[in-house]
Amino acid sequence: MNITSTDRIEKQIQLRAPQSRVWRALTDAEEFGTWFGVKLEGRFVLGAQTRGKITYPGYEHLTMEVEVERMEAEALFSFRWHPYAIDPKVDYSGEPSTLVEFRLESVDEGTLLRVVESGFDRLPAHRRDEAFRMNDRGWAQQLVSIERHVAG
Amino acid sequence: MSRAEAISPARVKDAAPLFAALGDATRLGLLVSLCASGPLSVTRLSSKFAVSRQAITKHLDVLTEAGLVRSSRQGRERIWEFEPKRLEDAHQVLERLSRQWDDALDRLKAFVERG
Repeated sequence: MNITSTDRIEKQIQLRAPQSRVWRALTDAEEFGTWFGVKLEGRFVLGAQTRGKITYPGYEHLTMEVEVERMEAEALFSFRWHPYAIDPKVDYSGEPSTLVEFRLESVDEGTLLRVVESGFDRLPAHRRDEAFRMNDRGWAQQLVSIERHVAG
Repeated sequence: MSRAEAISPARVKDAAPLFAALGDATRLGLLVSLCASGPLSVTRLSSKFAVSRQAITKHLDVLTEAGLVRSSRQGRERIWEFEPKRLEDAHQVLERLSRQWDDALDRLKAFVERG
């Protein structure tokens, strides 16, 4: 749960669900979108890009784009992205991205999921600034929608 | 959420040049040296790195701009020292992104454990 440097974020969480269930929630683009909050077009395909619109009210004009880097059945799923919702009018392809890795491991109680996002130190300063500002508003909004969803 | 919201957009914006300043091996090395040995002159610093005095001075300027080091004149030499306060800001910004992952993973947990 600790931040080990300014370059990476590491997380782990224990899920009371079988490894195959967690794998599907991560690698099926539609399921991923359900909990993450994005409507992805098409499937996650190794080496290919998938993009989709953020689904939060007021943020539908923003797009998320990921490029799948590794898919090792039920064990490792990773993609690169620009770590925030992006402006569809801007070409980000030449800019550094961060790498998000999901590692799954079967444990007695279900599945241990480890997540590492790395590469923050290489992001251009002005994008970082933009990312933080967008995330700030975007995620606060996201929490409100979840609350509404759970309560409703 | 209260903790994350405690960081204003202005402070976040403020932290951007900090990350840029840290994203270079020589500059990180300079920072580590100043951390470990205390205040040093450019002459002493250049003896530790395989780059020119001019390059060291340039890097120190970037670090100064980001508020990570400060210098003072002692006789004919300028002495550089580490300014620790700014590093806390970098951690706070990353901590915010870290918290966003916590929230996303909580939603994943609710999603896969449901039914």
